[in-house]
Amino acid sequence: MSKNTKVVGHDAVRIDMEEKITGAALYTDDLPFGPNLLHMSVLASPHAHAEILKIDTSEAEKLPGVMAVATGKDYPQKYGLYLQDKSILPVDRVRYVGEQVAVVIARTKEIADEGCKLIKVDYKVLEPILDVRDAMKEDAVLIHPDLGDYQVIPWINPQPGTNISHVRKIRKGDVEKGFEEADFILEDEYHVPHVVHACIETHISVARYDYTKRFTMWNSTQSPHTQRHIMANALGIPHKDIRIIAPYVGGGFGGKAGISMEALTVACQKVPGYPVKLRWSRKEEFLNSSQRQELRATVKMGVKKNGKITALRHIMHWDVGASAEYGNNVVNATGFSATGPYFVPNVSIDSVGVYTNHPPCAAYRGFGYSEFHFGIESHMDRIAKAIGIDPVEFRRINAIKTDDEVAYKCHMNPSGMLECIDKVAEAIEWGKEEVSDDPDIVIAKGFASAWKAPAMPPNAGSSVFIKFSEDGSINVLVSGMEIGQGLHTAVAKFASEILTVPLDKIRVELPDTDRNPYEWQTVASHETWELGNATIRAARDARDKIFDVVSRAFHLEKESLYLEDGKVKDDLDPDFSLPFEDFVITGIQTEFNTWVGGPIMGIGSFIPEFTNAMVDPDTGMGGHPNVHYTVGAGAVKIELNKKTGVVRVVKMAEGFDCGKAINPDLVKDQIVGGFIQGLGTALYEVCIFDDKGKMLNTNFTDYKIPTILEMPDEMIPVIVEVPQPDGPFGARGMSEHTMIPVMPAVANAIANAIGLRIKDIPLTAEKVALRPLQKDFVPEK
Amino acid sequence: MVREIEFTLNGYHQKITVKPSEKLLDVLRDRLGITSAKYGCGKGECGACTVNLDGKTVRSCLMYAVEADGSVIETLEGFQRLGKKEIQEIYQKHNAFQCGFCAPGFIMSTDELLSQNPDPDEEEIKEALAGNLCRCTGYKNIFSAVKEMVEKRKGRES
Repeated sequence: MSKNTKVVGHDAVRIDMEEKITGAALYTDDLPFGPNLLHMSVLASPHAHAEILKIDTSEAEKLPGVMAVATGKDYPQKYGLYLQDKSILPVDRVRYVGEQVAVVIARTKEIADEGCKLIKVDYKVLEPILDVRDAMKEDAVLIHPDLGDYQVIPWINPQPGTNISHVRKIRKGDVEKGFEEADFILEDEYHVPHVVHACIETHISVARYDYTKRFTMWNSTQSPHTQRHIMANALGIPHKDIRIIAPYVGGGFGGKAGISMEALTVACQKVPGYPVKLRWSRKEEFLNSSQRQELRATVKMGVKKNGKITALRHIMHWDVGASAEYGNNVVNATGFSATGPYFVPNVSIDSVGVYTNHPPCAAYRGFGYSEFHFGIESHMDRIAKAIGIDPVEFRRINAIKTDDEVAYKCHMNPSGMLECIDKVAEAIEWGKEEVSDDPDIVIAKGFASAWKAPAMPPNAGSSVFIKFSEDGSINVLVSGMEIGQGLHTAVAKFASEILTVPLDKIRVELPDTDRNPYEWQTVASHETWELGNATIRAARDARDKIFDVVSRAFHLEKESLYLEDGKVKDDLDPDFSLPFEDFVITGIQTEFNTWVGGPIMGIGSFIPEFTNAMVDPDTGMGGHPNVHYTVGAGAVKIELNKKTGVVRVVKMAEGFDCGKAINPDLVKDQIVGGFIQGLGTALYEVCIFDDKGKMLNTNFTDYKIPTILEMPDEMIPVIVEVPQPDGPFGARGMSEHTMIPVMPAVANAIANAIGLRIKDIPLTAEKVALRPLQKDFVPEK
Repeated sequence: MVREIEFTLNGYHQKITVKPSEKLLDVLRDRLGITSAKYGCGKGECGACTVNLDGKTVRSCLMYAVEADGSVIETLEGFQRLGKKEIQEIYQKHNAFQCGFCAPGFIMSTDELLSQNPDPDEEEIKEALAGNLCRCTGYKNIFSAVKEMVEKRKGRES
């Protein structure tokens, strides 16, 4: 298709790059708010689980410079996107260490901090529940005793009277019969811990409430419209009176999806007219930015001798932390897809969200898929070895193909699964053995496949305005966030391709909910597909209006008009050429010296009209919960030091079927970036809690993320393009997917290197070095 | 107790009164309108606040403003004026950033590396940039931009 396109499918420098390399790009913390700017500090709970008996704020209120103090008495509302189980400020109970108990607004940050120290809180400390297995015991203390009263959307199933926030069940075929048919069955447990997004920009929100009751926020966010909606519901303010402005975002990865700390700045209502700023410190960011859910998974898989999978039972217990609201959709989405990218005839999946007294959890790049793929893809290697089939071949045998039935019995979209597997295997030189000159170093390879669908409500919409200026340039107004993934470059290309306006005459504007049209959220890797479709519709709308006015003014047939290089041309008259700047604002002068036309604008919107989330709660059947899947594979070559246990990934290859690479360079950049982020979670990232539920490693010294030193010497990103029929130019999303194969690929490489099967992430040097020294160690063959 | 300090910021003379407890990052951002130096961790761990002081990069979140008295400070805002836009252009060509939040810090570290060691090998490039954290790019494009910059300068000098 790129042969026929001018910009789509061709490389280009990102349209936001010049701003970013000159420092011109302004992030929320960079905006000036003048001398009236007030600062907010938060009093955090020292306990993971406690009743609040009394809060005394009187001393804090007396401190000179303190403007206001707010507690749960002022803002008792619960909020949440999928289940309203989150407190703006808690009234009677705290549920994790770090939970915000009160906020202080003051002239300076120092005074606000000082004010927090003067607040006295009497707690009755309760025993924290820190493990899903304890939380699921029959006599477990209820973390949300009022769960049955919370508002919830219809396809989320909380279980009042328990600590279960949601259950998604899939029952396809007859799983017991499937196991009976199997020649080999393997059952085991896998564990993936809590980790954090660790965006370099911490969360920040500035809010102002004015004397007309207008509420304006400037947030570092992936979800301006969703934040507006949640705030409007929680506060009872009309949507039109809440305005959210979203400047550039310094990393999101799901951590800035939905709403979290921004809800606290509602306390600006107590100081009308003053902007109030809350910026998480790095420590607060670790505690309060919606961690990734912990997963304890049990995988039971049966296969025939020929390698065909006959049955899968997959039970996933997700530690959703102290509130599940957004995280329930992770539980839901993984429930539908926890077969991995394979055709499995008989499936039983239980995906269960369980409350604990850990920090709240929610979306993280990959949306639960990275976590369950660790078990599934570890299992695939173990079974392949056990039945004597090459692990890559075993994946080929079972790979899901176009039109195959997925776990909820809908049919698989066009898919280049086999091509991804083959190209990645070729790139990593699968099967070619290498030996190091250093006797302590073992070189080995590991492989994993992956898939993921966008997880979103069936009515998640995108919309776009395109408006022309006098010089024929255009502004594309979207509310999809440029969080680094290159969305706005893709949007500009879609508009450019259809309107033939060159990229340097296009600006894509960051959201302001007053002015930019509606976007559900920039999450789920759905934007290139969904916002892309809306952009194409808006561009076509503008094009239709151009043809209409030109045909009316010049008495030409609309059907013979076309656009080229920012001009209107006519098939029937080679001499006709009308540049946009001649008419897109002023219109066209007629033979009677009147004018026709006027400023040209295009509008476009899109929702996936074929999706349906209302499945049978006992079987998961009857709906169409996912729009499509993106498939892929990843592989690593490692150098494992037997003495130190240090694993170094020296080469990686990852390939994904993105349908159509709108910006091939940026697709490759996503693969590289997602791989390195996944590598951190594979090798060493983990939130460490003490036995009272306090997170201990809340800084970058104790919680390591990869540096440039961890970058593999060789990285081979692979693009596969089997077009998505309803995608813009055939595209589907692929950003989150790039993390998914990393944990199992590295784990499989370690197993291939020294026979050590680690089932508990992260794959630390300690585990790699020490486990083989223990007496009961039996190497995997 | 406050103290008057003076320094040169991006070629312009500054005289400002600061408290002894004020960090250089906060003074640059909140009082002098510098936005390129970012708050990322407050503990010198991430490099987002990197600025150049007397020819060497410093973590401005760790440094007290009074320590900058009499110094020459450069930030990304001064690069065009100081004739250093070549580094920026090569980063742009390589699409070396995604969210861009860490970009100023990386460019400052690159500038320091190239001014002190015009011909760094691959390991030296990585060492020089290892104190700057990036969560988006996987570092590959940043690395390739710096490598090309080194090659380009070598070609010009030989």
